[in-house]
Amino acid sequence: MLGLENKDTKFLLVVVALTLCTPIILQPFPEGSSLAQFNAGYPDLMQRFAIFGIFAIGFNILFGLTGYLSFGHAAFLGVGSYSTVWMFKLLSYNVLPGLVLAVITSGIFALFIGYISLRRSGIYFSILTLAFAQMSFNLAYSVLTPITNGETGLQVYTDDPQYLMGEGALTTTHVFGLAMNKSLIVPIGGWEFNFNVGYYFCAIIAILAFYLSLRIFRSPFGLMLRAVKSNQQRMNYTGLNSRPYTLAAFVISGMYAGLAGGLLASMDPLAGAERMQWTASGEVVIMTILGGAGTLMGPVLGAGFIKYFENIFSKINDNVLHGWFSFLPDGIEDFFINIVNPFFGEGWHLTLGLLFMCVVIFLPGGLMEGGQRILNLLKRKSKDTADDDSAHHPKQSPHVAE
Amino acid sequence: MDALLLQILNGLDKGSAYALIALGLTLIFGTLGVVNFAHGALFMIGAFCAVTLQKILSLSSTTLDPTKTDFLGNPAKIETPYVESWFGPEIGAALIDWSVPLGILFAIPIMISIGFIMERGLIKHFYKRPHADQILVTFGLAIVLQEVIKHFYGANPIPTPAPDAFRGSFDFGSMLGFDPNVIIYPYWRLVYFFFSVLIIGGVFAFLQFTTFGMVVRAGMADRETVGLLGINIDKRFTIMFGIAAAVAGLAGVMYTPINSPNYHMGMDFLVLSFVVVVVGGMGSLPGAVLAGFMLGILESFASMNQIKAIFPGIDQIIIYLVAILILLTRPRGLMGRKGVMED
Repeated sequence: MLGLENKDTKFLLVVVALTLCTPIILQPFPEGSSLAQFNAGYPDLMQRFAIFGIFAIGFNILFGLTGYLSFGHAAFLGVGSYSTVWMFKLLSYNVLPGLVLAVITSGIFALFIGYISLRRSGIYFSILTLAFAQMSFNLAYSVLTPITNGETGLQVYTDDPQYLMGEGALTTTHVFGLAMNKSLIVPIGGWEFNFNVGYYFCAIIAILAFYLSLRIFRSPFGLMLRAVKSNQQRMNYTGLNSRPYTLAAFVISGMYAGLAGGLLASMDPLAGAERMQWTASGEVVIMTILGGAGTLMGPVLGAGFIKYFENIFSKINDNVLHGWFSFLPDGIEDFFINIVNPFFGEGWHLTLGLLFMCVVIFLPGGLMEGGQRILNLLKRKSKDTADDDSAHHPKQSPHVAE
Repeated sequence: MDALLLQILNGLDKGSAYALIALGLTLIFGTLGVVNFAHGALFMIGAFCAVTLQKILSLSSTTLDPTKTDFLGNPAKIETPYVESWFGPEIGAALIDWSVPLGILFAIPIMISIGFIMERGLIKHFYKRPHADQILVTFGLAIVLQEVIKHFYGANPIPTPAPDAFRGSFDFGSMLGFDPNVIIYPYWRLVYFFFSVLIIGGVFAFLQFTTFGMVVRAGMADRETVGLLGINIDKRFTIMFGIAAAVAGLAGVMYTPINSPNYHMGMDFLVLSFVVVVVGGMGSLPGAVLAGFMLGILESFASMNQIKAIFPGIDQIIIYLVAILILLTRPRGLMGRKGVMED
C-alpha cells in the first residue's frame, strides 16, 4: 500500500493510529487526581510534540542517514517562522500560504548554506553550519530588524495590510475558517479529553512528513545516503559524486525544519530570533541522538521525551516534592527533597544533560537501541528457559512402560 | 592612525581571551585527539573560582553596635569580614580588594584537579569513539556543569571588581605622543593582555624547553612510537589535559572584572573559540594564538563606525565570515599541520 512493503505499511498504520489517539493516550490520569500533573494531553504540549517531531525527523534525514552533524539547523526553523508570520502580516491569518512560503524560503536558504558547507565534512562541516546559523541569528537581532523586528520578535499588528482579510474574518490563525485554537473538550467519567484543531493539523502534517521520510529511508536515494555515511571515500573512488545526494538531503532536512518553524508560528503568530540560536540547534541534535539517530521512530520519540520533560519536570516544584515524600519522617523528608530538588523544577536542564550524557556513553543508539536491547534480553531469556527445559533436563525415561 | 591603534587595543583583550581558550582547546585536541565542547564550561568554572574566593574572603561576622542605631531605632549591625579580624583591618581589606588576582592561586589546583577528573573519568573512554560522539558527550557535560553552577550561584551575573589600583582608565595615547584624551584604555584590559601573553609564553616555554614538554611534543607527532619507547605517554597527556583546563580557568578568573560572570558565559565563548581553533588550524598551537588575536582585533575593527557605515552589521558576523572564507580557501586553517583532521 502507498508504495510500501507490508511490514512498513503496518508500521505506518500504527504510527497514524498513535498520532491520532494522542489526546487520549497522553491523558491517562483522571482530572483532579494527584497524578493529573503528569497528563500531557493539553493542546500546547501536543502541538509541540508534533512540531518538534517533524523537526527531528528532518534532522535525522541529514544526520541519521549521511552522518553529517549540522549544528545550525535552528536557522531554518527561524527562517520558516519569519516567513509564515510575514504571510500573516501581508495576506491573512490562513496558515497554508505561510507554510508553503516557509518551506520554500527555508529550502532556498538550505540550498545556499548546504552548497557552501558541504564542501567540507566532519567537524569542519559542523563549524561551517554553526557559523552560518550564528550569522543569521546575529543579523536577525541587529541589521535585519526591518524584516525580523529585532529583539521584540516579529508579530502581527492591527495596521498591517493583510490584503486577503475579508470582512469578519478570523483574527486568529486558521485553515480556511477552522481556528487553530478551537478545541473539542470531551469529558468522560473523571477524564477530560481535549481534541484540538491545531494539534490535528500539526499531526496530519507530521504523519505526511513521517511517511515521506519512510519512503526516503527505503528508497535507492536513502541507500546512497547511507553509503555516504559508511564510507564516503570509497564512493568517491568508484567515480561517484556524492555531493548532489548530500546536498539534496541537506535541503530536504532544511525544508522539514522550515515547515516545523512555520507550524510553530501558525500555533502562535510570533517569531523571535532566539529560535535561531545555536543552543536551539543543539536541542534538535540532543532529541535525535536521545531517541536514536538513523532510526525512523527514534527522533520523534526523542522530541516527545524532551518536550514532555521540559513541560512536566519543570512544573514540579518544592510543594509537589513535599507531597511525594510526605510519607517519610520530617528530617528524612527534607534530606531527600534537598537531594532531589536540583533535578526538578528549574533544574530540569541538569537532568536532561545527565540523561543525555548517559545515553551517549552507554547507549549510542539512543532510546530505540535501549528498547531493542530490552526486547532481545526478554526474548533470549524466554528462549533460554525453553532451552533449559530441553537441553539441561533430559527427559527422564519413564519408569514404567506406558 | 590613533583610531587604528585604539581599535587594535580594544581587540587585544577579547583576542587574549579567545587565544587562551583556543590554546587550551588545541592542547587537548593536539595531545588526546579529543574535541572538547566542555572547554567553555571550564572557562566559566574558572570565573566562578574567582567569585567563590571573593565570597569566602568577604564572609563576615555580624556584631551589634549599641552606640549607633539604624533608621528603625535598632542597634546597627556591623559586619566585619573574618579576614579583617584575623589579619588586621588593613591586610584584610587588601586581601578582599585583591580577590581576583588571588583567584589565580585558588583556581590553579581546582582547575587542574577538575581536568584530571574529567580526563580519567570520562574523556578516557572516548578516545576510540568517533569525533561526533566526543562532541556530544562533552556538550552534555557542558550543560551539566553550567546547570550545577546555576544551581549554586543563581542565574544573574555576579559583579567581581578588579583591585582598586587597576580600576579606571588611563590615557594611553598621550604616553605614546598622540593627542591627549583620544586613546583612553582601562588598566585591567592591559593587565589581561599581559597576563595572557605571560600564560601563552609559559605554555610554549614549557613545551619547548623542558624534557616533559619534549616528550609531549613527540607524543603529539607520533603517539605510538613514543609509547613503544617505553614512555607512559597517557599519563603525560592527562597532565596536559589538566594544564589545558587550568589555562581556560585562568582565562576565566582574569576575565571576571571585564564581564561579570554568569552561568552561560562559557557557551557564549565556546562557539567563538571553536571558530578560532578551526581558523588557526586544528592541532596547531601557534595557529590558535595567532587566530585568537587576529579575530579579536578584526572584530573590534569591524565595530568602527566608518566600517559599519559601509557594511551594516558587519561587526556581528565578521568572525564567522572570516572563518567561512578561511575554511573554504585553506582547508587546514591558517597554520594546520599536514595530516591532522583533513578531509
